[in-house]
Amino acid sequence: MITIQNYVQAESLDEAWQLNQKRNARVLGGMLWLKMGQNPVGTAIDLCKLGLDTIEEEESSFSIGAMVTLRALEKHPSLNAWTHGMAARALQPIVGVQFRNMATVGGSLWGRFGFSDVLTLFLALDTKVELHKRGLVPLEQFTAMDYDNDILVRAVVRKVPCRLSYQAMRIQRTDLPVLTCAVCQLEGETRAVIGARPGKALVIRDDTGLLQGGITAESAAAFADYVTGKVPMGSNSRGSAAYRSHLCRVLTRRATLELGGQAQ
Amino acid sequence: MIEMNLTLNGKPVAARVDPDLLLIDFLRDHGCLSVKRGCETSNCGLCTVLMDGTPILSCSMLAVRAAGHTIQTLEGLQEEAADFVGFIADQGADQCGFCNPGFVMNTIALLRENPDPTDDEIRGFLAGNLCRCSGYEGQLRGIRSYLDSRGKGGTSHGE
Repeated sequence: MITIQNYVQAESLDEAWQLNQKRNARVLGGMLWLKMGQNPVGTAIDLCKLGLDTIEEEESSFSIGAMVTLRALEKHPSLNAWTHGMAARALQPIVGVQFRNMATVGGSLWGRFGFSDVLTLFLALDTKVELHKRGLVPLEQFTAMDYDNDILVRAVVRKVPCRLSYQAMRIQRTDLPVLTCAVCQLEGETRAVIGARPGKALVIRDDTGLLQGGITAESAAAFADYVTGKVPMGSNSRGSAAYRSHLCRVLTRRATLELGGQAQ
Repeated sequence: MIEMNLTLNGKPVAARVDPDLLLIDFLRDHGCLSVKRGCETSNCGLCTVLMDGTPILSCSMLAVRAAGHTIQTLEGLQEEAADFVGFIADQGADQCGFCNPGFVMNTIALLRENPDPTDDEIRGFLAGNLCRCSGYEGQLRGIRSYLDSRGKGGTSHGE
C-alpha cells in the first residue's frame, strides 16, 4: 500500500524538477502502478497545474503533453486519422475505459515498461520525448537510458506520411500482452517494433531491404523471419521465449501484410 | 493533512485529508458505500465513480487529486440508473451484486457518451468491469433490452 508524506502541485517545471531531485520523490502520472508500490514516497509531485494535458496538432508534429490520458489519445480524431486508427487499436485493449481515463502518456513512456502497448506504438512512429533538463531525445534513445530525476514534459510525434499496423497477442481481453508488434513505413524506411518480449520494446529496421521490392506474401514472411531472428525473447508466466518467437513471426507477417493492403 | 474542497453528489464537501488517502476511502468515509474495494490492482472496476462526468477508478486516485472537482457515486445517480437497472435485473445479471455499482456507473458514462451503442461498443466500454458470476452476457442483454425498449417508446422493464 502506498504511503506519501507530502503532496505538491508544482507551479512550474523548474519547481517539479527541483522537488524531484530528492531520492524518495516521485512524479505522479496516472498512479496506477505507483499506488501498488511498496516504497514510501517522500514527496508526490503532481504536474496537473502545468497545462500538460493537451494534444496540440501543429503543421509538422503532434505535441502530446505528459498528462494526456490514454483515453484522450485513443479518441483524438487527427491522431487516429493520421495513424489510420492504429492509435486506438493499440490503446483500446488496455484494461478498461476507467483505467485509460487515468493512465497518462507521460507515465507510460517514463516507465518504459516491457509490456507497454504505448511504448510500442510510439516507437513505431517518429517520436521524441522532451525532458525538462535534457531537452528533446529520440524515444528509441530514451528507452535505452537509465532512469534519472528529469521530468518528461511531452512526446513530440513528427507528422510525416506513414503507414502503420499494430498487432498484439493477449491471453484474454484487457490482460497485459504476451507480445506487441507494430510495423511502420516512414519516409521509405520500414521498421518493426516488438514489445512485451517481455523486455522493453526493440526497434528492428529493414536494413537488408527485404521489403524494397514491395510487400508480397514472400517478402512479408522473409521480413518476419528477419525480425524474429533479431529480437531476444524471454519467458514469464504469460508465455515462453519459444512461444513469443512464434508469435513474433506471425504478428510481424500479419502487420506487414496489412501495410501492403493484404490484411489477413 | 491537506485542506480540500470538492463537490460530492451535488453537495459541497470540505475536508482535511492525508496526502496518501485514496479517493475510495474518502468516499466510503463520507457514506458512499456503493463504492467497493475489489482487486486493488486497477483492473476490476468495482470502485468506479465519475469525476467531472468521466469514469475513473477511485481505488487508484488520491483523494487530494479530486480537490476542486465534482465526484458522483451511485448514491447521487439513482434516478439516472433507475432507467436501465431493472432491465439488467430482469436478465438475472446481477447475481451476487457486488460488481453492480461499478457496472451501473460505467454504463451511465457509456450512455452519456454514446446514447445508441452497438453490442461491440457496449462490450468495449464495459471491458474494465469484471464480474465473477455472470459471464457478461446477462448485462449485455439487459442493456440491449433497455436500448431496444427506448427505441420503441420507452416500454418499462418486466413488461
